[in-house]
Amino acid sequence: MSNQTVLKIQDMHVHYGNIHALKGISIDVKAGQIVTLIGANGAGKTTTLQAITNLVRKSGGKVFFNDYDITHTSTHQIVNSGIALVPEGRRIFPNLTVYENLMMGAYARKDTESIRKDLDWVLTLFPRLKERLKQLGGTLSGGEQQMLAVARGLMTRPKLLMLDEPSLGLAPLLVREVFQIIQKIREEGVTILLVEQNALAALKIADYGYVLETGKIVMQDTGQNLLSSDNVRKAYLGVAIA
Amino acid sequence: MTGAPAKGGFSKIGGDSLNLSGFLQHLVNAVSLGGIYALIAIGYTMVYGILRLINFAHGDVFTYGIYFAFYGVVLFLMPWWIAFVFSIFLTAFLGAFIERIAYRPLRNAPRISALITAIGVSFFLQNFAVVVFGGRAKSFNPQTGIYPTSFLNMINIGNVRIPILTFITIGIVFVALILLMWIVYRTKIGMAMRAISKDIPTTRLMGVNADRVISFTFMLGSGLAAIGGILWAMKYPQVYPYTGMIPGLKAFIAAVVGGIGSIQGAMVGGFILGISEIMIVAFVPSLAGYRDAFAYAILLFVLLVKPTGILGVEVSEKV
Repeated sequence: MSNQTVLKIQDMHVHYGNIHALKGISIDVKAGQIVTLIGANGAGKTTTLQAITNLVRKSGGKVFFNDYDITHTSTHQIVNSGIALVPEGRRIFPNLTVYENLMMGAYARKDTESIRKDLDWVLTLFPRLKERLKQLGGTLSGGEQQMLAVARGLMTRPKLLMLDEPSLGLAPLLVREVFQIIQKIREEGVTILLVEQNALAALKIADYGYVLETGKIVMQDTGQNLLSSDNVRKAYLGVAIA
Repeated sequence: MTGAPAKGGFSKIGGDSLNLSGFLQHLVNAVSLGGIYALIAIGYTMVYGILRLINFAHGDVFTYGIYFAFYGVVLFLMPWWIAFVFSIFLTAFLGAFIERIAYRPLRNAPRISALITAIGVSFFLQNFAVVVFGGRAKSFNPQTGIYPTSFLNMINIGNVRIPILTFITIGIVFVALILLMWIVYRTKIGMAMRAISKDIPTTRLMGVNADRVISFTFMLGSGLAAIGGILWAMKYPQVYPYTGMIPGLKAFIAAVVGGIGSIQGAMVGGFILGISEIMIVAFVPSLAGYRDAFAYAILLFVLLVKPTGILGVEVSEKV
């Protein structure tokens, strides 16, 4: 199981008008791993996740999920087959209560009993949400919204959880908490594709990493090796190389 | 519960001066008219809330609701209440069908394209009605058997005489509004409607088939328009291809006055428009000729004072 490829991206391209945003990227995500995609602003990280879920149109390439071709599958069907995307900027429904936000995650599921169980599970992962179930999503703090966004993603019961910049705009203490929770989620058997600008934090917990630069994968290796690579240290970790 | 049917379902008021009983009579009329505007306004506001589209064809969907009820009784010889319920469902499907063939292909097109398409659909529906149903007005009078004449019997409360129909109208409006609020705030599909009005892509990421929710919204709005249409036709007993134009326009104004995108706003706007239309004429009968102008005066005033409408909130542009 551990070496089975859950998500396979082959030569994926995206164009925004004349801009060639993704220039043929290939990524493999193996079951049970945390795989991270790091890169600077505008490198195409968010576009990659949106192209996988068909929120933006791919102009080329293929995507396989557990050997099924999901290149042209519609967004809601992709989600219902077991891929969740926690979008950049949290995208909480501000006019829905915290409880309703969580139930939106479980929208397509019919198994009341296991929805109940997953709700208990995410509320133990994020105990702060428990006190706020009746509050409107828009009234939560940034950190709480991020937790709600992850919890809502988990309510879709994903086999693969894709997180887009979960540390963005959070205080350092909260960033640590979020990354700890990501590891906890992996321990529950959920495979994780983590997109981050905070390369250091991401590589520390990642089994494998890809470095994206202006729409191309320029480097890939295990998290440990990338952390110690001079190029990565210089470009993304802000370490001066003598 | 006796007395002759009033002409057109409206209670006529004896005398020129406005006494208490006259006031009550006007008030009941005003609430029933306001309720009809509210029912139509909700269709505009729900579609706008989700797609940021002014569905100009909504007034014509209202007209078709009346035609479906009319032909259900006259042509298909259904009992009136079956024909009315049948019309509500048929109109609901007409609304969803319009969305499917006219608006959905333009989901990712510039918003102005969808707006112009909506105007085109409106013209099409009107002219299609001229061709198929004919341009001459059809009578929606109970004397022709469309619905029981007993609806026009008067109820005496003190010395106020009000036709049963007016109470039926008010009752149906409130039942429909409560049912709508229940759907929007207490059911799963209603939750998805509220979610989708804020953020369509993220709603898709929840595994929700957004197109299905949008279809449902059109059905709900069109069904309410059919209810409003039938009640309207019972009040002003005829139907012709352009019946929906003025009430459609006024309901649109009601939606803007209340704050477009807000369901409660559409209700408030509908009642404000209907009540002020009747009450201003009641208090100042010499203004009766300007009846249709009040709506625009209220619109201008609200836009000057609170451009987002009474219950509206600032809508941030969608990316």
